Amino acid sequence: MTTTRFQELIAKNEAAHARGRRITNIVMLTITGFLTLLAIIPLFWIIGYVIYRGGSTINLDFFTQLSRPLGMTGGGVLFSIEGTIVLAILSCIFAIPPGVLAAFYVARNPNTPLGTALRFGTDVLAGVPSIVMGLFIYTLIVVPEKHYSAWAGGLALAILMLPTIVRTTEEMLKLVPHTLREASLGLGAPEWKTSLSVMFPAALNGIITGFLLAISRSIGETAPLLFTALGNEQYDIGTIIRGGIQSHQSLSAIIGRIINQPVDSLPLTLWKYAQQPYPERIDQSWGVALVLMSFVLSVEIIARLWVESRKRALQG
Amino acid sequence: MLRKTFETEIKQVKDDVLLLGSMVEESILNSVEALKKRDLKAAQKILEGDRAINKKRFEIESELMILIATQQPMAHDLRLLASNLEIISELERMGDYAKGIANINIRMGDEPLLKPLIDIPRMAEKGVDMLHRALTAFVNEDIESARKIPVEDDEVDALYNQVYHELMMYVIQDPRTIERANWLLWVAHNLERVADRVTNICERTVFIVTGDLTEITDTDNEFWHPHKHE
Amino acid sequence: METKIAVSKNVTESAESRNKMEIKNLSVFYRKFRALAEINIAVHPNRITAIIGPSGCGKSTLLRSFNRMNDLTPSAHMDGEIILDGENINASGVDVVDVRRRVGMVFQRPNPFPKSIYDNVAFGPRLYGIRRRNDLNEIVEKSLRQAALWEEVKDKLHQSGFSLSGGQQQRLCIARALAVEPEVILMDEPASALDPISTLRIEELMRDLVQDYTIIIVTHNMQQAARVSDYTAMMMIDDHRAGRMIEFNETNVIFTNPKDKRTEDYVTGRFG
Repeated sequence: MTTTRFQELIAKNEAAHARGRRITNIVMLTITGFLTLLAIIPLFWIIGYVIYRGGSTINLDFFTQLSRPLGMTGGGVLFSIEGTIVLAILSCIFAIPPGVLAAFYVARNPNTPLGTALRFGTDVLAGVPSIVMGLFIYTLIVVPEKHYSAWAGGLALAILMLPTIVRTTEEMLKLVPHTLREASLGLGAPEWKTSLSVMFPAALNGIITGFLLAISRSIGETAPLLFTALGNEQYDIGTIIRGGIQSHQSLSAIIGRIINQPVDSLPLTLWKYAQQPYPERIDQSWGVALVLMSFVLSVEIIARLWVESRKRALQG
Repeated sequence: MLRKTFETEIKQVKDDVLLLGSMVEESILNSVEALKKRDLKAAQKILEGDRAINKKRFEIESELMILIATQQPMAHDLRLLASNLEIISELERMGDYAKGIANINIRMGDEPLLKPLIDIPRMAEKGVDMLHRALTAFVNEDIESARKIPVEDDEVDALYNQVYHELMMYVIQDPRTIERANWLLWVAHNLERVADRVTNICERTVFIVTGDLTEITDTDNEFWHPHKHE
Repeated sequence: METKIAVSKNVTESAESRNKMEIKNLSVFYRKFRALAEINIAVHPNRITAIIGPSGCGKSTLLRSFNRMNDLTPSAHMDGEIILDGENINASGVDVVDVRRRVGMVFQRPNPFPKSIYDNVAFGPRLYGIRRRNDLNEIVEKSLRQAALWEEVKDKLHQSGFSLSGGQQQRLCIARALAVEPEVILMDEPASALDPISTLRIEELMRDLVQDYTIIIVTHNMQQAARVSDYTAMMMIDDHRAGRMIEFNETNVIFTNPKDKRTEDYVTGRFG
């Protein structure tokens, strides 16, 4: 069998090369494996340690009781959990509509003055320290209102979430093939209907991922809440609602009471407790850390599952 | 230039058609020569040769079908390939005329010719010459020449009339010669048909180049345009 | 440069007012660049007109002029008349939404909406205010039947449009376009992304549809244009990179005896 020039050239070093390749393979595999472990170890270490330190504090009371003064047994962080949920809901309400609308506008009109301004503004906002946002809301809302509130905290968090939401929504919209838009316009649909009924559902999976990213981040923030939500260890929605019903308050009044008070959030509570020189509080702060971590993890997992099921439904 | 393979194959087909043409030309001339010399062995050879002509014709037809199926010819290419199909059919019929002449030769057996052949060989030469030039014009797509050849058919027709009248004279003077006269008349008839078919080849040549299918006759100038609907 | 168009007399003489659509002296500009120059074409009702030509000669731009889809490109600008049933739709004050209902479009790659099969077809009618379930059911079935897809999907109308094969998706897109009862259907290389069998089915579908609609297709597949169309328009770019109409005639003529050498060279594959 005749060999080509190329085959001749490589034949000379074939044997040595084969051996060399095997060795290189092993070396690279080892290095990569080692580095991967290096990256994963801290994750598992943290998770493990938090479970270890926080696990002992977790009991039913932890989730169902408000804070008790030091020295008394029992007590929990219900107020913190409820506060976190309220803040999450409020920040979503404040951030998602403007964020999504802005993203639609920018995706459609990237080169207009407004579009350029929005994009630039979003990028700048992403770099603003979160404490500054807190300060901003403090000056704008807390001072005139003369009290701290959940909705002020929600606003501060919303501003934090805005750049992420706008950016990911915009990217996802751009990924939708333009032929989909043309098909809709070709049928005679106006632009807004096209955006709403065609582009938005098509980009929904990605947009939701963007929301989750933003929410995860905001749940874990402390600084913006320092001057806006402040903290409230006696906050209990159940009590507010029952009280409201008993005194025949209207729904809007009840809701007003829910959002118009200072609230705590898990990271805020953690921050406060961890600084206190009391061992019970320190232990509780580990418990809060555990709860917070599990909270974020479960949000991620639920979201992933939901996105997967939607994907499968779409594939038919 | 795109479609080099296709061009090469078209050239190949044209060469084959020329080859077929020369086989037919030879057949015609030989058949008349054999008749002149009363060479029955040569006549037999012509019959065999006709099988080769038919075989060649089908080979070319096969090539053409393959080209049409695989190359999706359009416009000029389509007209060319379609005309080739037509022309090899004409050539094969001319080969049959030569075969007919050889058959007559054989059937005449030992009988002598009624008269020495003079006009008949002239018809053959003229017809073959026309055929040769028509095929050349066809291969070169030379419509100038192609348009001029059909008119020479008149010469062949004139020779035929001459042969006819001469043979009639013989028959009138001696009715027993009618069989032999008939045979010679058939030969002349075949040669006259050869010249007619040459005209068809010329018309096809014009069609390939212009897309117009015109009958080139000097008397009734029938003009048929495939795209003019009434 | 010679810009004479070789057009058979039969083709334009047949009462100009009977043409379903006409384009007169159309030029399309993207800012200063002229992409299409002085296009003139007459589209006969209930016939399939094919637009062919080498890549980049402006076929798609021309097709998109018929339903003013070029408007979607902000830098695009059209001069000239685009006439539908005798009225110029390239004039100010024309209701573009209505134009796009009457002149529908099917694209090169199947692009069903991320919705169910039913909702895909019902999208158009819903836009125009048709809400009642029975009415929609009727329209969806009729459109899917016209697109030769009903039998294959009637039991799974609620499934996503993406659950169909490529050829079926394209037929779904055709059904979607038919649901708003257009008068003219534009098809931009409708079968180029499909396998040969699906392609032939789409071609047969076209021949069925043309009895009720007027169809204009753009194709780079000459054999398809030859198989399927009644009239063919040949386009090519000139020296200034503007697309021009070189020849427009019955398909038979274009493919057996074209008048312009450039057309001849293109259809015989000597250039392209």
